[in-house]
Amino acid sequence: MLKIRDLNVHYGGIHALKGISIDVPENKIVTLIGANGAGKSTTLRSIIGLVKSSSGSVVYDGQTVTNKRTKDIVSKGVVLVPEGRRVFPNLTVEENLILGAYIRKDKEAIKRDMEWVYQLFPRLKERVWQKAGTMSGGEQQMLAVARALMTKPKLLMMDEPSLGLAPLIVKDIFGIIKEIHKEGVTILLIEQNAKAALEIADYGYVLETGSIVLEGEGKHLLSNDEVQKAYLGE
Amino acid sequence: MSFSIFLQHLVNGISLGSLYALLAIGYTMVYGILRLINFAHGDVFMLGTYIAFYAMTSFFLPWWMSFLIAIALTCIFGIILERSAYRPLRNSPRISVMISAIGASFLIQNLAIVIFGGRPKAFPIAPIFSRILNIGGVSIVSVSLIIPVITAIALYILNYIVNHTKVGMAMRAVSRDYEASRLMGIDVNSIISFTFGTGSVLAAIGGIMWGLKYPQLIPLMGLMPGLKCFIAAVVGGIGNIRGAVIGGFILGLGEIMIVAFSPALSGYRDAFAFVLLIIILLVKPSGLMGQNTVEKV
Repeated sequence: MLKIRDLNVHYGGIHALKGISIDVPENKIVTLIGANGAGKSTTLRSIIGLVKSSSGSVVYDGQTVTNKRTKDIVSKGVVLVPEGRRVFPNLTVEENLILGAYIRKDKEAIKRDMEWVYQLFPRLKERVWQKAGTMSGGEQQMLAVARALMTKPKLLMMDEPSLGLAPLIVKDIFGIIKEIHKEGVTILLIEQNAKAALEIADYGYVLETGSIVLEGEGKHLLSNDEVQKAYLGE
Repeated sequence: MSFSIFLQHLVNGISLGSLYALLAIGYTMVYGILRLINFAHGDVFMLGTYIAFYAMTSFFLPWWMSFLIAIALTCIFGIILERSAYRPLRNSPRISVMISAIGASFLIQNLAIVIFGGRPKAFPIAPIFSRILNIGGVSIVSVSLIIPVITAIALYILNYIVNHTKVGMAMRAVSRDYEASRLMGIDVNSIISFTFGTGSVLAAIGGIMWGLKYPQLIPLMGLMPGLKCFIAAVVGGIGNIRGAVIGGFILGLGEIMIVAFSPALSGYRDAFAFVLLIIILLVKPSGLMGQNTVEKV
């Protein structure tokens, strides 16, 4: 579904991605793990066109989308839940969701999807009229995911969805990721919490200072000595 | 002062306040979305008045058609202004954009002097606007009543757009977070254009009504109202549309009432705005409706 080949990104004089290649097959959960500054966020940001790549290609659904406008990539069904949630604090929960469906014209389907995300996140339904900025971190994360789902994505990318959340809520979030996956959405996930990510992932990549140093099935990486030492703290 | 004279001043104050409010909204909307003081906004206002003037006097169009054309052309002009003076500097330091805004303002003013001439022009006034109405012993020129009504309609429509339409939601989203907005598939540039267009429409409406009330046109006529409305926006809390409206009315009413109650101070009329600005900056720097926001890093 998504094929990244030899992607290079430079910004601010830094060679942030040094020719990485990643495959995200349809209906799979793929995860990128690695330390801070390894280039995980940059990878997602360049896929969605927020960061320009200097060379290499991103092919989505058979179409080259390298350095296309974010708007065009989003309308092809790729969406990113950014790090730090980035919900619109001055807008209500419902308005945030409506903006999630900004590019869509199918009013009926939007309504149905709105019901669906309220089912997934009953907490949001109780807070339809609340300003997003007044909600707790966990609720904001749920809203960020719900808002992304409103774009009707085929590929959902998430940047550190568990960052700064209480362990119990992290568990919720991972449960929801699995549920979204069951609905047929392909997922590309970045996590500091490598263990939780690898447990649900079909395939994983380990990034180190802009290069992929290791890849393999989630379970294999989980039991890999190096991964355990470097990221699982064992 | 008799009550009827007070009422007369009140009507004048409200209509001046309406004009200030319309202009102040343009400053506050652009600031909200770009964190930029559009110093050329007062000159956009001037242009709106001049376009209406030429449509009526050179092309002999009926007043209402002239007004509509002036509003449309001013809207386009505002969008072009953003594209040429501000968009190329989107990723530059804020000070560069501000200098560009001041430059744009000077350019428009001086071009206007060259093209329109520096001599004052008399804005033609259709009879409907100059009728003297006698309401309960108070005689009022009809335009003083029309201005608040038109302003109220414009504000109502603006409020609807900002709070109840998708593009309005997108405006509010963009004003908080460009990147997250782009991730929703929002074209940030076109939302910014829309904002400039809307602000310019309001400026043109204000400018035309200004011409009807104070029918003397000069190329620098946008300077003082521009400065004052910038102050009105700051007083109300810059970035906040309601605040800009409140600020505009405080300024308009304040100016008129100071002159009304102590005619000796009439020479200081323009100073009122600046004194108000100083007081607000001392007492509540974020403005009446503004929130104390932490600078985004």
